Amino acid sequence: MTLYLLCLALFSVGLYGVLRKRNLVKIIIGLGIIEYSMNLFFVLLGYRYHGRAPIDAQAQDILNMVDPLPQALVLTSIVIGLGVTALVISIAIRIYEKYGTFDITKIKRLKG
Amino acid sequence: MAFEQKSGMSLIVKTITRLTVGLILIFGIYIVLHGHLSPGGGFAGGVIIALAFVHLMLAFGKDAVTTRISKEMASNLESIGALMFLVIALIGYFGGSFFLNILSKGTPFELFSSGTIPLSNAAISLKVGVGLFAIFLALVILEGSKREK
Amino acid sequence: MELHLLLLFMIITAIIAIEVKDLLSSVVAVGAVGFALCVAFLILKAPDLAITQLVVEILCLIILIRATIKKDLPLVIEGRWVFNTVSTVVFVAVFLFFAYAALRELPQFGEPMMSVVKKYLEEGTSETGAVNLVTAVILDFRAYDTLGEATVLFTAVIGIMAVLRPRGRKKVEEKE
Repeated sequence: MTLYLLCLALFSVGLYGVLRKRNLVKIIIGLGIIEYSMNLFFVLLGYRYHGRAPIDAQAQDILNMVDPLPQALVLTSIVIGLGVTALVISIAIRIYEKYGTFDITKIKRLKG
Repeated sequence: MAFEQKSGMSLIVKTITRLTVGLILIFGIYIVLHGHLSPGGGFAGGVIIALAFVHLMLAFGKDAVTTRISKEMASNLESIGALMFLVIALIGYFGGSFFLNILSKGTPFELFSSGTIPLSNAAISLKVGVGLFAIFLALVILEGSKREK
Repeated sequence: MELHLLLLFMIITAIIAIEVKDLLSSVVAVGAVGFALCVAFLILKAPDLAITQLVVEILCLIILIRATIKKDLPLVIEGRWVFNTVSTVVFVAVFLFFAYAALRELPQFGEPMMSVVKKYLEEGTSETGAVNLVTAVILDFRAYDTLGEATVLFTAVIGIMAVLRPRGRKKVEEKE
């Protein structure tokens, strides 16, 4: 239970960064932290005391494997996270070229 | 010595890169091929293959890589990877349903086993690796075109 | 116990990454969070995820540093400091309240329910022939999921190529 709460605290740090900061790169970093905490939370849900990795070994029956389903979901989620981060970063680079700043309030002001 | 150009980093970095880049590529291919036997698989292997080319580009400058793999070729290869994965999915219709594993399973713990899973791993690694490399290539080409102005 | 320490390290590093002024230091701090997450996956018996997280983190750092290097950070003068902070804290508090209410319904840590997965664990190797059960799940039992993931990544690459194209050459020539 403590681990779940610590994971929530990590999520809150990322949420604070997204909501409070005014620099675009800081907002992207906040999104990344949220993604990390969600991935960790899914894998924590599938862990089992004294479990072993979900890979069969030769000539022995492994009965206490951890849950492979959250790991499979998170494996796709990590690569999607990289694609989303790259897309947001490229949009941020374009905004910096056009306005010369990463500050979101100034971008709004220049739009008129 | 085709790489001897003025662009890129210092001589030490270039020499070490020439030694290590092949090893990184071979390790990526190993991770892809043994995806159904050991930790790894298409996603991790694809990213490692992309990192080998990114390493080459960081050390030697962009001209050393873009003369071999252009942006059009990268996007074509990525589309080919996606289509390969879809064709593997459609093969399942010969057995009755989408994504059915109809090839022979073989014996476990051997390299050529488990039907379509190694083929899917290869398709996904091609798609992920070339896709991520194309992202990096787009960023680098943008920087180059800005510098020319 | 080591997981608690690792999570505390991740929280502290995340706060540093959010709060530090220099953008490059901030990017390096978020890289430290990612590598700590990689070690946490190893402790949680997920070697596939550890490998993937490690290499993805390296590529992500390269892209982030490419975006932030040589960019000056203008001094941000915070207007309406009290209002912004209070509204953010209220929002986070509401989120934490509902999240805590949801957490009480979950099973205890270390004893997952394993209702669906029991079939995969028993018949996975004999039905698919793959020894690595994570690969068996993502490429055989739940391959639709992977197809969707491939579509999302394809769309992301198309979007990046459209956003970052070298633009406007024809128009500039016409104007001149």
